[in-house]
Amino acid sequence: MSEFLEILFDPLFRMPFVTGLALAIALSLTGAWLRMRNEWLVALGLSQAAAAGGMGAVALGLPVLAGAFGVTGLAMGVLLLLPRVSNSNYGLLILAGWAGTLLLGHNTDQGTVISETLLRGDLYYTRAAHAGAALLLAMAVVGPMPWLSRRLLTERFFPDYYTGNRIPAWPHRTLFAVVVVACTVLGTDAMGVFPAFALFFFPSWAGFVIVDGWARSLAVTVVIALVGYLGSFVAAIAFDQPFGPCLVAALALLSSLRFLTALRRRTGQATRDAAPAAG
Amino acid sequence: MDEKELLRLETVTAGYARPVIRDVSFAVARGQVLGLGGPNGAGKSTLLRAITGCARVFAGQIVRAEGLTVAHHWQRPELPPELPLLGREMLPLLGAEPGRAHPMVAPLMDRPLNRLSGGQFQLLQAAACLAGAADLVLLDEPTNNLDGRALDALSDMLSGLDPARAVIVVSHEKEFLERHCTGLVEVAAG
Repeated sequence: MSEFLEILFDPLFRMPFVTGLALAIALSLTGAWLRMRNEWLVALGLSQAAAAGGMGAVALGLPVLAGAFGVTGLAMGVLLLLPRVSNSNYGLLILAGWAGTLLLGHNTDQGTVISETLLRGDLYYTRAAHAGAALLLAMAVVGPMPWLSRRLLTERFFPDYYTGNRIPAWPHRTLFAVVVVACTVLGTDAMGVFPAFALFFFPSWAGFVIVDGWARSLAVTVVIALVGYLGSFVAAIAFDQPFGPCLVAALALLSSLRFLTALRRRTGQATRDAAPAAG
Repeated sequence: MDEKELLRLETVTAGYARPVIRDVSFAVARGQVLGLGGPNGAGKSTLLRAITGCARVFAGQIVRAEGLTVAHHWQRPELPPELPLLGREMLPLLGAEPGRAHPMVAPLMDRPLNRLSGGQFQLLQAAACLAGAADLVLLDEPTNNLDGRALDALSDMLSGLDPARAVIVVSHEKEFLERHCTGLVEVAAG
């Protein structure tokens, strides 16, 4: 036990821990906005694009993050220019990113190892720069949250509100695009494609069902992300397991709360429906 | 432009890739509820979208009062399958006060959208537009999916409209338009 605690509080793990904590907040909140817009699948597409961009950079002898940001930003730019975006566009992005990552990895010196790391993730090798960037990202997501939430919700329910009232929509659209790109790139670089996507996907999937109300569901979304992250971080060290799969498993397990909530609601409704008949 | 006028369309031809509706002219003044009638496919919804800048104006012009604010209730608004937003969180998006919601709408304030019926969601959206802060409200087929009580609530909201504001209602229900509108414009099939 003491050996486990010694490892858990080892200074080597502090930076990875802070990085993951900040990313859990940023990615889960951004995932909630994407789910509200019915665009959550784009997170997986952009994460795959980030991995392919990172591998492209390795092949060209450039920093991984430069390539990841470049390709993900380009992919986001193309999506924004399309008149209508559908799941087919996201599917194309996912498959192209996956194939690009593995092909570039296969044909680059040391590329197979790096491409696997990008797909699977390796949080424990993150450094102070990662932690700093993740903390900045979390602040960039949480800080403007009330303003951004209101704007995105208004656009969701009243699509021509901004054009109809001559209010420029580019400030919130640009900020949201930048946040999504930064979350996917930093999440993929620090944790890997699928663990990052799990943070986008699972917390709001459960949070939107467990409680009523937008503000409360955002709070529950972040709590689920944090609990899942903390649990998997400790479990991975305690049982000497890879962190990424532990995170995905923990978040999937926590998401089962949505089914329990739905079941409780259905049971409650059935009881209420039966009450007048009994009376 | 007349001081009371909020919007004027002068021989407007509007559409998307190509024109859908041609040579429409009318004006809307404060206190007015203007009905837009006509057959399906005549381009009534396109006209509303041209007013909000979502459809292209090919010819003519749309003149707006300075600083005009607009709320647009779309035809068949999509009910999100899993969104926990409450009615009281939705109304303020357009500047409406949940505490002053119509008695028929008030019970929807504490219900999440994902547990509303299509008709309830439709009524809530119309209520957000009508009780909001916009000078001009555009209602596109607001009677769709509404039962008798919800229709009465919509009628109440239209009757109680602030005289400083105006409404343009698109509906295929002629009786509803004749009952509530101070003016009617019939749009011919394109």
